[in-house]
Amino acid sequence: MSQESVAYLTPTSRRQRAVSALHRLWQDKVAFFAAVFLLIVIFSTLAAPWISPHDPAVGKIGNRLKPPAWMEGGDPNYLLGTDQQGRDVLSRIIWGGRVSLTVGFVVVGLAGAFGTLVGLISGYFGRWVDLLIMRIVDVQSSFPGLLVALTFVMVLGPGQWNLIAALTFNGWMIHARMARSQVLSMRETTMVESARAIGCTTSQTLFGHILPNIISPLITTYVLEMAHMIGAEATMSFLGYGIQPPQASWGLMIGEGRVYITNAWWLVTFPGLAVALTILSLNLVGNWVRTEFDPLHRSRH
Amino acid sequence: MLRYVFTRLIYTVVVILGVSLLVFVITHVIGNPVNVMLPLQASEEERAQLKHQLGLDKPLSTQLKEFLAGMVRLDFGKSWWQQEPALQLALRRVPATFQLVIMAFTVAALISIPLGIIAAYRPGSIIDRFLTTTSLVGVCLPSFWVGLLLVITFAVKLGWFATSGYGTYRHIVLPVVTLAILPAGHMAQIMRFSMLDQLNQQYVTTARAKGLDEATVVFKHALKNAATAVLTMGGMDLGRMLAGETAAVEMVYAWPGFGSLILETIARQDFPLLQASVFVVAVIICLINLAVDLSYGLFDPRIRY
Repeated sequence: MSQESVAYLTPTSRRQRAVSALHRLWQDKVAFFAAVFLLIVIFSTLAAPWISPHDPAVGKIGNRLKPPAWMEGGDPNYLLGTDQQGRDVLSRIIWGGRVSLTVGFVVVGLAGAFGTLVGLISGYFGRWVDLLIMRIVDVQSSFPGLLVALTFVMVLGPGQWNLIAALTFNGWMIHARMARSQVLSMRETTMVESARAIGCTTSQTLFGHILPNIISPLITTYVLEMAHMIGAEATMSFLGYGIQPPQASWGLMIGEGRVYITNAWWLVTFPGLAVALTILSLNLVGNWVRTEFDPLHRSRH
Repeated sequence: MLRYVFTRLIYTVVVILGVSLLVFVITHVIGNPVNVMLPLQASEEERAQLKHQLGLDKPLSTQLKEFLAGMVRLDFGKSWWQQEPALQLALRRVPATFQLVIMAFTVAALISIPLGIIAAYRPGSIIDRFLTTTSLVGVCLPSFWVGLLLVITFAVKLGWFATSGYGTYRHIVLPVVTLAILPAGHMAQIMRFSMLDQLNQQYVTTARAKGLDEATVVFKHALKNAATAVLTMGGMDLGRMLAGETAAVEMVYAWPGFGSLILETIARQDFPLLQASVFVVAVIICLINLAVDLSYGLFDPRIRY
């Protein structure tokens, strides 16, 4: 404990700090394994064309509904079994992860950028700008996201990009709230005052001085929202309003496998496990990032 | 107090109006339900005829005027899918969801709140670590997936409950358990966190120092202050779930509630029914928010309206 607080007080190089952060990650075993799991998921989705054992979209009808390899009647070629069209479940999970992670990443990128910008403006300018923006945020976030996303998709039609649009429309408010609350605590500091005094323009003050200083807590929100959005994608695809066949996504696989739950439990179990573990890992890593960036929080617990 | 409720109700009306207008714009400007309702090979004539029948060929301003005039009288028109008033149809599906959500919430609160208090009272203990882990896992699990796993295990394999449907206890246990997980996780997390926070406050030390017994310190002093945070979180979850966020779980269990009605509405592009459903959702959310805000006063006498 005393060593750690000293590490925060003495100026250290960026590299040293990175090394000690990795060291602390290793000490927090749960967060460490969550990070490793996420790296595996990210790697396998990036390398999907090379590592997936079968074509995710084409299957042999003769091989339909084969149980996982370790069960009676399982085929060692199909580790996690096959679906109703004889497609390999493992390959579809690997390719589906690509879609699910892309959706999560793009949505958080768009919603995060827009929300952070709006929050910066709202917090920095205050007064009626702030009042107006925060009212919109309040109203929109009190409304159930699912209904809004469904209405969007009903009008635009289902599909990956329309889903991304709908989820972005639903997801920007939390980033605006976070950025605003951070700006409020920064706005009156001497740092901002001196930036203005030496003649920085508003955008220089906002993006050059305030944003770099508040980005750490915002990163936590980005990570946690990524988990949230992957869950939302899964729900929408499960309902049939997200990713459309023949594309694979974890939620869609669960939706398609639902019909067969009486005789093929593996069709819903494994893709769901992929969603659940990814969301859990993102949350664990997000919480770790939070404590890492906030020494006060760390010493308290 | 009355004044506060009155301003809030006016605000509520503004919100409901705003949301309904937004949905009207989205559906009528971008959407085209005729394409969904008719088969692909339908002729132009048939399309035009249906458009006329639904009143979609009138100028947008006339449609908007009719919509607003209807809304004031709580008349959203007849559902296109089932020929009856849309609001009636929507309201009829609300009780089934209420039944499910209220039961799930009761279960969730009864489990999570005591556990949260115990965990906060002994931070770092086995119970605390167990609760921290399970509540995090609980809020991470996609509920529709948990629902399917429960069906596979307890309905298909063990045969204790029905796989889906509505009626006896055999139908209600699994959906209630499924829906209880998320709010239970949320409330346990918040209860633990805010209780921990309160127990470290100086007034707790004072209360102990002047010789109050532990039960009074924990339940009367600390819990009362920690309760508002749980109330906020629980209220938010409750509002959303009553307002149809349960759709995926209702679909898994073929539960004839409000959530599955929303799914039907979307699938059939039924504009009047969608407008009526959105109205019901907005009313539910606003009422729950109002109830939560008013109940803060019960726990924190500093709050006056």
